[in-house]
Amino acid sequence: MIEILFFFFAALAVGAAINVLVQKHVLYSALSLIVLLSSMSGLFILLRADFLAVIQVIVYAGAIMVLFVFVIMLLNLPEDEDGADRLRWLKFLGIPLGLFFLFLTVITLWNVERQDIVEAQMAGTPELIGRSLFTDYLLPFEATSLLILIALMGAVVFAKKDL
Amino acid sequence: MDQFFQIQDIGAIAPELEMAIFGMILLVADLLIEQKRKLGWIALVGIGCSASFLVLQRLRDVDVSAYGGMLVVDPFSAFFKFIFLLGAALSIAISLKYLDIERENHGEYYALILFATMGMMFMASAVDLVTLYIGLETMAIATYVLVGFLRNNQRSNEASIKYFLLGAFSSGILLYGMSLLYGISGSTKFVEIAEALSRRPLTDPISLMAMITLLAGMFFKIAAVPFHQWTPDAYEGAPTSITAYMSVAVKAASFAMMVRVFMVAIYPLRPEWVPIMSVVCVLTMTLGNIAAITQSNIKRLLAYSSISHAGYILLGLIAGNETGLVAIPMYLLIYTFTNIGVWAVVVALRRKDVIGEHVDDMSGLFFKHPVSAILMLIFLLSLAGIPPTAGFIAKYFLFAAAIETGHNVLAVIAVLNAAISIYFYFRIVVAMFMREATEKTGLVYSPGVLTALGVAILFTIFIGIYPDPLITMARQAVVMAF
Repeated sequence: MIEILFFFFAALAVGAAINVLVQKHVLYSALSLIVLLSSMSGLFILLRADFLAVIQVIVYAGAIMVLFVFVIMLLNLPEDEDGADRLRWLKFLGIPLGLFFLFLTVITLWNVERQDIVEAQMAGTPELIGRSLFTDYLLPFEATSLLILIALMGAVVFAKKDL
Repeated sequence: MDQFFQIQDIGAIAPELEMAIFGMILLVADLLIEQKRKLGWIALVGIGCSASFLVLQRLRDVDVSAYGGMLVVDPFSAFFKFIFLLGAALSIAISLKYLDIERENHGEYYALILFATMGMMFMASAVDLVTLYIGLETMAIATYVLVGFLRNNQRSNEASIKYFLLGAFSSGILLYGMSLLYGISGSTKFVEIAEALSRRPLTDPISLMAMITLLAGMFFKIAAVPFHQWTPDAYEGAPTSITAYMSVAVKAASFAMMVRVFMVAIYPLRPEWVPIMSVVCVLTMTLGNIAAITQSNIKRLLAYSSISHAGYILLGLIAGNETGLVAIPMYLLIYTFTNIGVWAVVVALRRKDVIGEHVDDMSGLFFKHPVSAILMLIFLLSLAGIPPTAGFIAKYFLFAAAIETGHNVLAVIAVLNAAISIYFYFRIVVAMFMREATEKTGLVYSPGVLTALGVAILFTIFIGIYPDPLITMARQAVVMAF
């Protein structure tokens, strides 16, 4: 059962990811991104990372994508006219290189020793995550608040007319 | 549960806390103070406080591991933190007047520099992947904004967006490598990662995958070939004072991170990463120097020069012995003094109506400002590594390390590259001394620029003549940490 679900979500994620790239219109790309992020959260549930799955839906598929779609609609972008002729040859470089990286990844994962794979023993519940955030990872957690402050400030610097 | 937090841990991050507090003070003071140049002075006071905490920590002379092994306070991190603080202070000194000329003197600028420096300090101290990454992102995001700080200048906007996109991409690759390391070892601590790696065979595919993605991400951050393309654009578009800051502090922080990760966390894989790094080192030195020859914009020229310097510093990691590791912090400190000197002159070239970025803008500088021209000559000699300047000592140690460990070919290529670099540094010299002065030639001095020039020249010459104290300090920093 878990295998079937895994392949379902995995196939959905890969398909959506490809769709993000090949769509001509930005809005369709954004919508496929939502599908991608939601199927990722399905995969997280299968890995027993419940909290991560919920966060994935609320923050990424929810909040951030809504913003994306808003911005795209407000800007009223024209359809992509394949403008960057200058960069067209990069396709011929990028696709083989990407395939090569894929090949390496597959080989790598194929050769992983079975005993290295450990099934998650505990579900990633909010309680456990909260506990480790406020004990082992206290310092990075607090430092992240400063990181967010800086990002906020950066947005204000760029967006405000007169500082 | 073991001790994840003790009250002494606050003391361990006191220098970083100081930077954060002063950053926030600046944000509030920005609303109250009309004359923005005063904010720069507040920032300098903050850096001074942070530096004094750093000295206090060193005087107690204990290696502390704080926050349950998230970071350490050791001589190695202290040495690097000193470089960051110095770079930040001198960059602020040269930006006071410059920002007025660009009409972008705002409190946020100084606050962002302090926050970026705080991130670097976390990077230098981190012995845990999560702390390291948070520090790195703090530095990176602040720097993206600073690069685009000339908001009405298209080149600055373009530089910022390019730097942001490539920087985010490289952070992603770096994270991929980090997550693989976590997957292998089940821990984010460097020591435990090293232990887990040493239990695996050298050719273990997952370890290699982690190593390669880490290498790629790190090479992006230090601007090594072939991951260097963002550097000339970002350096050219950024406000000149920020270019100076990036070329000294950001580069030093990336190397601090690299030394810790490569000499501790993935040290067991050393036989695998040394060949890759050697190739990248040769490419970086050679391409950086050759590309610099054709540049006529001073900022681009110095950007390529800074790429090639990253190549030289990689020699220290490739050698990996005591001399090599001592050479890295030493080179970065000397490079900080020398480079800030060069950038101080470039900043002074910017006047009300003159952009002052072309090599021609320097022609005949000797006849109008003889002292500055001679100082610039000394800084360029130091960058090229000619005795008796400090740059010679720095290069000497790196090349000696390469020869000691039997990397003779690398050492020869490095010396040849140093010879090439003399050519394009002397293009600036020729312009300054041999050509007629035009009406565009000229400098605008400010107390900040003069101070920076004074500090830079003092140490460039002093270290060149009497390097012993610095060598002792660098040796202490490295020997106790590794």
